[in-house]
Amino acid sequence: MTSTAQRLAEIRGGKPPRRHNARTIAALTGNPGCDRRAVLDSAGADKPALAEQVGFPARFGQSRFAITRGNAFEAQVKADGGAELLRLVAERLGVDPGGPGTWTDLGADDRPGGPDQPDRAERSRAALAAAAPAARGRAHLPTGEAPTAEPQTGEAQTGDAPTSGEPAALFDHPLLSLDVAGRRVHLEPDLVAARLAGRFHVVEIKSFPVIDGQADPGKVAAAAVQSAVYVLALRELLAAEGHDPSLVSSDVVLVCPRDFANQPVASLVDVRKQLLVLRRQLDRMARVDDLLARVPANFTADPAADPDHLRRALSSVPARYAPDCLAACELAYFCRHEARAETTALGRPVREALGGVADVAEVLALAAGEHPGAPEQAEAAALLRAAARLRADALTGRPS
Amino acid sequence: MSTLRALAKAQALAAGVAQPVATVRHLHLSPRPLVLVPLTMAGEANAPLAVLVGDAPDAARLLIVAQPRNRDQRFAFAAELAGVVLPYLDSFRGGTEAVAVDRGRDVRHRYVDAPQLLVPNPAGITFLRLFGRSTRFRRVDGDYPVHPSVPLLGRWLTFFAERAEHPGSSALVALTEALTLHWATGQSAVEDLHLPAVLGWIDPPPGLDGARAAARAEDPSLCPPAGPATDPDFDNRVLAPAIAAYAGAGDDEAARRSAYAELERALRGQLAPTWDLMWRGLGLLAALPPGARVEDRWARDRDAFTAHAEHVDEGGGPQPRRDGAVAAAVRLHRLERALTSYAVQRAYDDPLVMAEHRLAGEAFVGDVTLADPGRVDDTGKRPVLRPRIQVVTTEPVAVPLGATLYSPARPGQKAKVVFVTPAADGKTEVVLELSGGMGRGLTAPPGTVPEVGERLCLTTLSDGFLPAGAFPAPEETPWTHGGPPAAAPVDPAPATAPAASGPAPADGDPAEEWG
Ligand code: SF4
Repeated sequence: MTSTAQRLAEIRGGKPPRRHNARTIAALTGNPGCDRRAVLDSAGADKPALAEQVGFPARFGQSRFAITRGNAFEAQVKADGGAELLRLVAERLGVDPGGPGTWTDLGADDRPGGPDQPDRAERSRAALAAAAPAARGRAHLPTGEAPTAEPQTGEAQTGDAPTSGEPAALFDHPLLSLDVAGRRVHLEPDLVAARLAGRFHVVEIKSFPVIDGQADPGKVAAAAVQSAVYVLALRELLAAEGHDPSLVSSDVVLVCPRDFANQPVASLVDVRKQLLVLRRQLDRMARVDDLLARVPANFTADPAADPDHLRRALSSVPARYAPDCLAACELAYFCRHEARAETTALGRPVREALGGVADVAEVLALAAGEHPGAPEQAEAAALLRAAARLRADALTGRPS
Repeated sequence: MSTLRALAKAQALAAGVAQPVATVRHLHLSPRPLVLVPLTMAGEANAPLAVLVGDAPDAARLLIVAQPRNRDQRFAFAAELAGVVLPYLDSFRGGTEAVAVDRGRDVRHRYVDAPQLLVPNPAGITFLRLFGRSTRFRRVDGDYPVHPSVPLLGRWLTFFAERAEHPGSSALVALTEALTLHWATGQSAVEDLHLPAVLGWIDPPPGLDGARAAARAEDPSLCPPAGPATDPDFDNRVLAPAIAAYAGAGDDEAARRSAYAELERALRGQLAPTWDLMWRGLGLLAALPPGARVEDRWARDRDAFTAHAEHVDEGGGPQPRRDGAVAAAVRLHRLERALTSYAVQRAYDDPLVMAEHRLAGEAFVGDVTLADPGRVDDTGKRPVLRPRIQVVTTEPVAVPLGATLYSPARPGQKAKVVFVTPAADGKTEVVLELSGGMGRGLTAPPGTVPEVGERLCLTTLSDGFLPAGAFPAPEETPWTHGGPPAAAPVDPAPATAPAASGPAPADGDPAEEWG
């Protein structure tokens, strides 16, 4: 064990690191500037238990109705060896599936953490690499990762891609992995990797509806980040096997129920932007030593530690709370409480409108003209004074 | 976010209680609104689970769907809800008034009052919009007939949801939005979507400050969410067993009845606290005096209600799934105009809102120090009355020479900026030339020209008439604009999208599944 790995293990209290899935990795992109989260996630600390222990439990419960419905829809879409799924995906991509596809379930029976995981990872690797379009495909595809040069949606891939004679292949539940903070993290994605018309596409099945062509933008955005995680992992897998990573398209296929029915409908989502953000955050976490250098030597995030001690420890690593954290990070209530005297707790637009002044008491002091503020605050101070005077004027009913 | 509002938020946080950001009420409040608190089934596409509905605090009616995935029960629920909503709407179709149109050459009639629907939050509006979408195309005949009131309800709910997008409309209101229009809480915009937390800041219970009251309101075990999403814990621990018990009762009438009663009890327990909050919030708003232009905007809502009622009476069809290109552009243009006019009207009605514009350099307040009310300009073909006044202000004046300003006190009068001169003590002297709002003669009637000593607000904001844009008729639209607007985050396969104009076969398809 390297000293970094050892330090991370100590931070999480010697317990095995918390497993990542695409959702937790996707969440990493939410608040990339936050050291506190970066170090906890790098260590694989048990954040829900931590939040509970410091008295600010997270509320990320899931209704069993939602879970049941999600599973039922997924099973329906994947029925018959994915025949309907293949038809939908091919139609959406505007390509010829080239006859009935093959269906390989790479992880039907083993559960997360099961003993045969290494084997499963190996099976996934072998199966996907073998399915990668043959070398002749590489000649006319750009080499290296050049996401911005990706062909756009529905480009005539049928024309020059090596489709003929290669029927589509669908792989369910492939086990993928990514390096997160120097650690190989396995992903147990709910995805289907579809190879058709000479390329791989990530296919995600989601149970939120697309009604008259519109879906909940928040849910689409979340699905896009998750899919980007899969695209990245799949690309790395192919690259490691000597294939061109851009064989994996950055257009992912989202399959959702249409309108108010269970009829599935496929949509394309371009995740190039999400890939960039994700790459940047993973690179940042890869420099975990830089991060650890900023963390006090005795820092612990062991949920078994004394709550007071834990609270002090957490506070010793700078955070960057924003109201968005409430939907993305288990520590949000703790960090919100800590930031309660700061203007960021009110949201970034509020902080900006207050001239960027960080502290609520400072805002009020400047507004009241109690002191002129630091030289670089002169403009903000003048604005706040004017605002306070106008507010007081209007509230005391002076005619205007 | 204006700096003034942001400052109010900071003050709220420091004071532990919400701070006013309006001195008058900017929306119409009906003396008899229809309050709706809906709940949906998690994981489903807008499947109703329950609603508490009624037009008075003691008139709550609970409607539930015992098996939310059962389509017949859903439509039975829709019919039941129609049985509450439609008579409520009809009760406003009593008296009409004549309104002059076309410069008095014609009259039309509109209802003297109109219905008002209130839901807890913006997600409640989305629920009604989608519920309208899922019911308005239903057929009363064919393979899957529904009660005739179901498609009618769908059309009305769609009408209200569309109205709710219209800035300044009070036809369908999300209470959180109405409250935060008048008070700044010490929390962020996402947290302001939660009605119990907003009310916790505005009106904290005795012994708690706003922050504590809001934190308490976030704990679903103490305070159920205001819907339409349910608390997952409630789903797992209470609702799922209750639904299972009902389903398991089968044909055993007694067991069914008791399971149904248990479901009702559980759902009422989740809804009743929000119901009380709705009326409490309404009471707080009602205590504010209405703004001067609120009545006028409500007249637009009455116009819209009248027009839609006539459309329905004449057997008009359901609203299309999506607007065609021209309809979408016209609608967008109308919404933009309404947004501008609504912002100006609020500023004219409310010095605290005008203060935001003063801070932004779009308005200033000063004292009239000189006035020449009888000044006549005779350089043109015929002499015209052009009084001049001088206003002295301590505020920065960011308007160029020649600009036209307006004053909320005399909205029909224009004031052209003639001179802007810096004066002693950082003050500024502004000389203005007035036109309009003074009758037709060469002497201004008393009161039409500001007098020396009057305190005056002058602004670049104009509440005047904004010309409507010109749009081609649908048949003259080039094919490049013939498709549906591409605003969707998700673009479905073109093959599955119905044509934007003309009858889309899928729209009326009674077989369209629902769950
Ligand atoms: S909740 Fe706290 S730890 Fe998590 S991302 Fe936000 S600031 Fe960082």
